[in-house]
Amino acid sequence: MSFFTEANARTAAEVIARYPRPRSAVIPLLHLAQEQEGWVTRDAMVEIAELTGATPAEVLGTGSFYEMFRFHPVGRYVVNVCTNISCQLLGGEELLHHVEESLEVHAGGTTADGMFTVEEVECVAACTEAPCFTVNYRYFHRADPDTFDAVVDDLRAGRSPLARGAQGDDGNLPAHGTLGRLRQHIPDDRRAGVVPPEQADQEPVWLRTAPSTTSAADA
Amino acid sequence: MNDVGQSVEITVDGRTVLANPGELLIDACERTGTYIPRFCHHPRMRPVGMCRSCLVEVDTGRGPALQASCMLECSPGMQVDTESERTRKAQAGVLEFLLVNHPLDCPVCDKGGECPLQDQTMAFGPGESRFVEEKRHFEKPIPVNDNVFLDRERCILCDRCTRFADEVAGDALIHFQGRGSDTEVNTFPDEPFSSYFSGNTVQVCPVGALTAAPYRFKARPWDLEEVESTSVVDSVGSRIAVQSSRDCVLRFQGVDADAVNWGWLCDKERFIFEAYDHEDRLGTPLLRGDDGDLAPTGWGEALAAAAAALTDVDPDRIAVLGGARLTNESQYAWTKFAKGVLGTDHVDAQLGDGLPADFVLGLPRATIDEACTPGGIIVLLGPDPKEELGSLYLRLRHAVVHDGATLIELTPRATGLTPFADHSLRVRPGEAVDVVRAMFGEGGTAPIGGVTVEEAQAVGAIVSGAAVGQNRPVTVLLGRQSLAEAPGTVVDAALVLHDWIADVRFLSMLRRGNVHGALDLGLAPGLLPGRVGLDEGRPRFAAAWPTTPATKGRDALESLRAAADGEVDVLVLLGADVLTDVPDHDLARRGLEGAGTVIALDLFATPTVAAADVVLPATAPTETDGTVTNLEGRVSIVARKVTPPGTARPDWMIAVELARRLGADLGISSPDDVWAELSVVSPIHAHIDPEALAVQAREGILVSGGPALVRPAPLEVPSHDKNSYRLVVTRSMYDCGVLTAHSRSLAGLAPVTRLAFEPTDFAALGVAEGGRIEVRGPRGNIDVVVGPDSRVTKGTAHLLFNQRGVSAGDLIEATAAVIDLTVVPV
Ligand code: SF4
Ligand code: FES
Ligand code: FES
Repeated sequence: MSFFTEANARTAAEVIARYPRPRSAVIPLLHLAQEQEGWVTRDAMVEIAELTGATPAEVLGTGSFYEMFRFHPVGRYVVNVCTNISCQLLGGEELLHHVEESLEVHAGGTTADGMFTVEEVECVAACTEAPCFTVNYRYFHRADPDTFDAVVDDLRAGRSPLARGAQGDDGNLPAHGTLGRLRQHIPDDRRAGVVPPEQADQEPVWLRTAPSTTSAADA
Repeated sequence: MNDVGQSVEITVDGRTVLANPGELLIDACERTGTYIPRFCHHPRMRPVGMCRSCLVEVDTGRGPALQASCMLECSPGMQVDTESERTRKAQAGVLEFLLVNHPLDCPVCDKGGECPLQDQTMAFGPGESRFVEEKRHFEKPIPVNDNVFLDRERCILCDRCTRFADEVAGDALIHFQGRGSDTEVNTFPDEPFSSYFSGNTVQVCPVGALTAAPYRFKARPWDLEEVESTSVVDSVGSRIAVQSSRDCVLRFQGVDADAVNWGWLCDKERFIFEAYDHEDRLGTPLLRGDDGDLAPTGWGEALAAAAAALTDVDPDRIAVLGGARLTNESQYAWTKFAKGVLGTDHVDAQLGDGLPADFVLGLPRATIDEACTPGGIIVLLGPDPKEELGSLYLRLRHAVVHDGATLIELTPRATGLTPFADHSLRVRPGEAVDVVRAMFGEGGTAPIGGVTVEEAQAVGAIVSGAAVGQNRPVTVLLGRQSLAEAPGTVVDAALVLHDWIADVRFLSMLRRGNVHGALDLGLAPGLLPGRVGLDEGRPRFAAAWPTTPATKGRDALESLRAAADGEVDVLVLLGADVLTDVPDHDLARRGLEGAGTVIALDLFATPTVAAADVVLPATAPTETDGTVTNLEGRVSIVARKVTPPGTARPDWMIAVELARRLGADLGISSPDDVWAELSVVSPIHAHIDPEALAVQAREGILVSGGPALVRPAPLEVPSHDKNSYRLVVTRSMYDCGVLTAHSRSLAGLAPVTRLAFEPTDFAALGVAEGGRIEVRGPRGNIDVVVGPDSRVTKGTAHLLFNQRGVSAGDLIEATAAVIDLTVVPV
């Protein structure tokens, strides 16, 4: 039984083909796995290892360097509340307290319905807009308990809360793990010369001047 | 950039130092007497600059700056200050940092007393830590596999173990996980570090984070005594340090012999000492009494019984089998006793699982270094080195993965080297010679031996073109690919390679400990010590020995056949467990039953020993002084470290004593005497003596030269019947052999075997995995457990030799060229 869905297995094959060496695809495939399940499961790592010729230990070792890959289940929405200095001075800790109380979960935990995971985080580089929190890494600036409650109400009602957020972006707020709304497809002739570096005998496609790009495409 | 080959002048602490081109600063300094502290740097692995403890002040013309000396190649004019205030402060600071999270549990740590962290903190550290906060905590040692334990609190994240696993062994099953101060070394959950080479990580760990089960809490380094010796577990001849305390061996460590093992050992070489120390070792002679049972007795009675059995026997009715475990000196003594005193040539150190001795000696030989020449070509026509010759596998892997050697495999089944092979030609058993002929365009157009003609020719172009054109030496690794094939199959293929490839050389893969010593010292039919045939050598030996055999005798299988037919009155077994090790079990059983008196020299009461009439306990390699010869022909020292159990004696002494009782003086009263005699009778050994060996202890001394190439008659192989499966029998690193079975750390690692088929072949059988089928072979019908295995080739079936599950020896018939199995319908 394979881990990736049929569609994702196709995407995985396409991603792997972009690199001279399959191992280079480990991180993009970890993203793909996290997009599929919301977190990176054991089965996902075993399959990524098989697909890329790495060992599962290498996949876990590589992935675990990055905090945004999750190796334990998380809620559909990951709420990060900043309690570093600027936010703390302007009520970050009180905000976190409210989040914990209203969702009835301690920082680090996930609500029983699997909707929210709450985390206390260090500075998220929005100090001028303190106190702030993020939901699936979308910012909500100068937040107070009411802002947070409204966001939770939106999400529970199936509405997007993004209009209340920093970007003024009113699209959907996708589940944790989703990377983007569009997936890039790179046609064969636009790939940047997929040969291992030691075998490359000409400049990469993306460095070439227009005429030779055409001839490469014709070939 | 430096000119290649020119040394580089640099200044270290005001002294002028000549560095080799490309040499790392840390190495150049060490070579010239300035030690720079280090943890991650290891001379056999690529630099990573992980620990920063080797910081020194370097000025390359842009002003002095602190640089990691393990990451810096020497460049002309470099000014290095390893003692400046800044250097000292930086080194002390790094050590203080490394100790921030390191527990101060040295009193209960196995590494204490031999710990680079302890030592370098004393020498270069700040003397005091300013860190008062809580250190990080982890669950105390976790097993990363059955033998290796990891205490993550002690780890300083030097990346040596993980680099070894990935870069050297190719088993990247341990890895850094997490980040920052949460970084730890670990395996993937529930996936152990199952590597044949895991013990090396313990040896390279610069702290007590990795420990090996057999040594944990056994001794303190200052209580250990050590001698340098040679491993005799297999024929690679890895150099080892034998460490003991209170007359008990506690540890083997790898020693860096540049020509051989580079400091690495496989776990079998490392942990086998547990068997030598085992309480089941034979310590007294045994004699079969009138009641038919073996009972302990004294040496006097046992030797008298053995001598009586050998008195007045027609030499043609005496056979001597085994001896690959013995030292060169013991082998010489036994050859002299068997051939020079008893006068029999029915002597064979191989047990039907090797290659004809005279053939191996006649081939042009390669050293390991020659086989691993950067950019060279390696042809594997033999067993899987990862399973049979672990340290050789590491050298070969390095040559292919890091040094640009090209590997070509001609094997019936995938091997541990297959992932790195340029071409893997799967050869059907018995058809290697056809494939090799096709490589050079000698043969039809039909697919041969499971290989297409195009593939074969592509490979032929590589090996022959290369040998002439581009100065890329070709080495054939030669050994038995499968115990279910007669040796003739690889012999014939090797001859074709020999004839077609200019300057080709061969590296023998005969695997038993000192089997190459046995060949060189005449423990083989038709040979006398010094790689000479009977006729050639007779004049020389006639002067030194009482007698020499008139004609070439029988090999082991022929002797067993003769014994089965009642033609052997005395069968002497030199550490030969024929019931286990002879591939054809039926023949071994009949031979042993049919032999008259059986005299066995051994370490353990093996099943074969249990059937002997006189049992003489012999000493193990850690209890014996002498030398061994490795697969290259390299002679190196084996050193006695501990006392043998009971009254066990070295094998040479037993030969001397038996000869004396038969009225002959072998002229040997110590191992060194053998060298005095060899220098007279064996020109190829003339440059070796105990003094020369002591001087060149680490790298040993090569023996070269040999007889002319012999060309045995080609083997007739029956054609392959489409409805049958050709049997392939190979060995794995751990099996049910007596030594592995008596090593606590290794015994549990032996796999269970089942008859394995290529997956589509298996699917066609219509049996569930792990189910049973009945197969018909030359020995009749046998019921076996079956399963699929993608390493197996279509049309073949595979078994491991000497394992639980299916007894491969019960399927093998020694006279058959190949073994074809058909499935008996239910
Ligand atoms: S376990 Fe030992 S060898 Fe491995 S990284 Fe830690 S300190 Fe280095
Ligand atoms: S302190 Fe909260 S964003 Fe910087
Ligand atoms: S020895 Fe140079 S950084 Fe570790």
